[in-house]
Amino acid sequence: MTLLVKGGRVINPAMQQDEICDILIENGKIKEVGVNLTADNAEDVFDASGLVVAPGFIDMHVHLRQPGQSGKETIETGTKAAAAGGITRVATMPNTKPVIDSAIIVDGLKYKIEREAKVKVEIIGAISKGQKGQELSAMGAMAKEGVVAFSDDGHYVENSDFMRKAMEYASMFHKIIIDHCEDDNLIEGGNMHEGVVSNELGMKGRPAVAEDIAVARDIFLAEATGTPVHIAHISTKNAVDLVRQAKKRGVKVTAEVTPQHLIFTDEALRTFETRYKMNPPIRSDIHRDACVEGLVDGTIDAVVTDHAPHEWEEKDQEFNLAPSGFVGLETSVGAMLTHLYHTGIIDLMTMVNVMSTAQAKILGLDAGVIAPGKDADLTILDLDKEWTVDSSKFYSKGKSTPFDEMIFKGKAAAAIVNGKFVMKNGEVL
Amino acid sequence: MVNIQGKSLLGLQGVPREEIELILRVAKKMKAVVKSDNKKLSLLKGKSVVNMFWEPSTRTRGSFEMAAKYLGADVINFTPRGSSIQKGESFRDTLLTVTAMGVDAIVMRQKQEGSPSFAQRCVDPIIINAGDGAHEHPTQGLLDMFTIQEVKGRIEGLKVVIVGDIDHGRVARSNIYGLKTMGADVHLVGPRTLLQPELEAMGVTVHYDLKEALKDADVINVLRIQKERQGIGFFPSAGEYNSLFGIKKDRLKWAKDDVLVLHPGPMNRGIEIDSDVCYSEHSSIQEQVMNGVSVRMAVLYLTIMGGDDVDITR
Ligand SMILES: [Zn+2]
Ligand SMILES: [Zn+2]
Repeated sequence: MTLLVKGGRVINPAMQQDEICDILIENGKIKEVGVNLTADNAEDVFDASGLVVAPGFIDMHVHLRQPGQSGKETIETGTKAAAAGGITRVATMPNTKPVIDSAIIVDGLKYKIEREAKVKVEIIGAISKGQKGQELSAMGAMAKEGVVAFSDDGHYVENSDFMRKAMEYASMFHKIIIDHCEDDNLIEGGNMHEGVVSNELGMKGRPAVAEDIAVARDIFLAEATGTPVHIAHISTKNAVDLVRQAKKRGVKVTAEVTPQHLIFTDEALRTFETRYKMNPPIRSDIHRDACVEGLVDGTIDAVVTDHAPHEWEEKDQEFNLAPSGFVGLETSVGAMLTHLYHTGIIDLMTMVNVMSTAQAKILGLDAGVIAPGKDADLTILDLDKEWTVDSSKFYSKGKSTPFDEMIFKGKAAAAIVNGKFVMKNGEVL
Repeated sequence: MVNIQGKSLLGLQGVPREEIELILRVAKKMKAVVKSDNKKLSLLKGKSVVNMFWEPSTRTRGSFEMAAKYLGADVINFTPRGSSIQKGESFRDTLLTVTAMGVDAIVMRQKQEGSPSFAQRCVDPIIINAGDGAHEHPTQGLLDMFTIQEVKGRIEGLKVVIVGDIDHGRVARSNIYGLKTMGADVHLVGPRTLLQPELEAMGVTVHYDLKEALKDADVINVLRIQKERQGIGFFPSAGEYNSLFGIKKDRLKWAKDDVLVLHPGPMNRGIEIDSDVCYSEHSSIQEQVMNGVSVRMAVLYLTIMGGDDVDITR
C-alpha cells in the first residue's frame, strides 16, 4: 500500500517548512518527504499541485454526543462530518448520557469508535463523577484506557478546592484539564452576551466578567500547583489578556478559540435566531477583536469548533428555550481561510499550526507533523475554491450553524488518515 | 404615502417616525368612535384576528379584543394549553394550526423574548407583538405616546422620565424606542441593579437619583415593580424602593408644574406610585386605558387594510 502525494505546497509548522515537495506514504506511515519522489504504480499518485498539504487537522473540542444522544450525533455521522471538513482527528467531550467518567464507558466508546469512525477519535474524560463538580472521576483508570484530557465542559468547575485537587491528580497521568470558564452565578438565566445588544433586546446577558473571573482563577490555580490548564473556547478581552500575562510568567496555560468567536459579534443575535446561540456567547466587537489579536500574537494556541450538534426540533424553538451550541466541523476550514487567511490576518503557517500542530502538542499526541515514520494523516487544502455553505448537505446530524449560506473561499480538498483517503472533493469515502 | 399594510409590528425599534405618526393620527379618529354611542364599525368585516396569549393578561388581551370587535373583525381567543416548555405542542406547530384556520393577524403575548420574530419566520399572517418577555410591548409604547401627545400637544422636545425596572421592562424598551424616534429627551431612573451598564448606548440619560432625574420633567412614566425582585439583590425591600424611587405627590414638585404621570398598569400602589398621585390632576392613568383600545384599533386597521387614513363613517 503506497501513496505518493505529489507536487503540493507542504506547510509543516513543526519544522517551519513551507515548500513544494512530495510525500511518499507506505503502509499508513510517511516514508519520505522530498522532491522528485516516484511511486511504483501511476495509480498510487495523487497530484497535489496547486494545493496545500498540511499535517492532518485536529479539532480537540468536539461533541460527538456518544454515548446516549444518537439523535443529535453518532460516532459515524460526527466523524464523517470531520472528514468532510478536512479534520483527521477529533477529541470528543464527555458531557454525554451517561457522562464519560469511568473506564468502562471509555472502553465501550472505544469499541464503537473502532467500528464506526472515519477519522481518529480521542476521548476526553470527565473531571468529576457525572460532571457534578463534587467527586473526582476515575481519572487513573480512564488515563489507562487512553483518554487524552479531562474536562467538565458544558459548565465551569465551580469549587476552587475541587478544581485544585483535580489539577493535581490529573497531573500524575500527564493529562491536562480543560475548563469551560464562566462563573455560574453571574451567567444565571442569561443566553447571550451582556452588552448593548442584550440591553436593546431585553435579554438577560452572560457578562464577560463571568469568564474573566473564571479564567483568572484557573490561571492562579495552575500557577500555584504547577500543573497545566487549557482554557476552552476563550471569548473575552480580559481572558485573553490574563492568558497572555500568565504565559509570560511561565504558567502552563494554553487556550483555544472557535471560528465563530473570531468572526461574529452579538449584532447577529438581533433576529433571535437560535443558530447563533452558544456558550460562552458570541460577544461584542472589542472581545472578538481581542480574540483575533490573541490568535495572531500566539496567546491563543488552538482553533477548535466546539462542534455541538442538536436535533432540528430542539433548535427550532424560541431563543431562550433552544439548547446552546451548533455544528462546526464542516465549516471551520472554510471559515478560517475566508475570514482569517484571505483577509491577511494570519498566514498559512499559523493557521496550520493552530488547527493541527499546536493541538497535538497540547494533548501530547504524536501527530501534527509531516516527517518520516509518522502516521500519514494529511489535510489537503484548496485555498481558492469558492463554495456556499449548505447545511442541508451536512454529514453531521446537526444542521444549525451561523455559517449557513455564507460564501467561503477555500476548502479542504482531501483528507488522508493512516495513508488512506477518507475524503476527496467534499465526498466522504 | 406611508402604508403599513401587511407589516408585522414586532417592536418599535426601527419603526420610522412617519409610521408612528400615521398610527397616532388614525388612533385619534378611532378614539372618537370609542367615545361615541355607536362604537361598531365594519372596517374589518370579514377579517379575523386571533389573540394568542401564552401569558395571562386581562388588560392587554381585553383591549385587543375590544379593538378588533369595534372594527367588526371576528376575534378568536386562543389560549395555548401548554407552552413548548411544558412538553405541549411546539410553538411552530401551534402557529401553523392557527394559521390554517385562516386568520389575518395574530396578536401574541409570550414569555420568551423574540417569539414574535420566530413566529414571523414560521407563518404568513401579520404578527402583532402584545409583549415578549422583557423585550418590547409596542402597542403600550404607542398608547403612552398617544396619551402624551393628547395632553401635551407634542412629543418632540419633551423630557420624559421612565422610572423603575428598566431591565425587565418591555414597556420601558418600547417607550425608549418610540420616544427617541419622535424626538423626546428620554431619561431613565431606578436602582442601579435594574439598570444595566451601557444603557446610554440607546441614546438615553441614566440616573440613580430620583430628584435629579425629575428636574424639568414633562412626563413621568412609572413602571410596575415586580415584588419578586425584592430581597434577591436588586433592592432590599419594597419599602426601601418606595422611599428611594416611589412617585409621591410632594415629589412631583421636583418636575415641571404641569408634569404628566403615566403608568402602564396594573399598579402597586404604595410601592412605585402612591395613591394620591394616581388620582391627581397630573395622572392620565385612566385615560390610558381608553387610549389603548384606540391605538390598537389603529394598528389592526392599518396593518390589515393599509392606507394612510381611515374613514370612520363606514
Ligand atoms: Zn464549553
Ligand atoms: Zn463544548
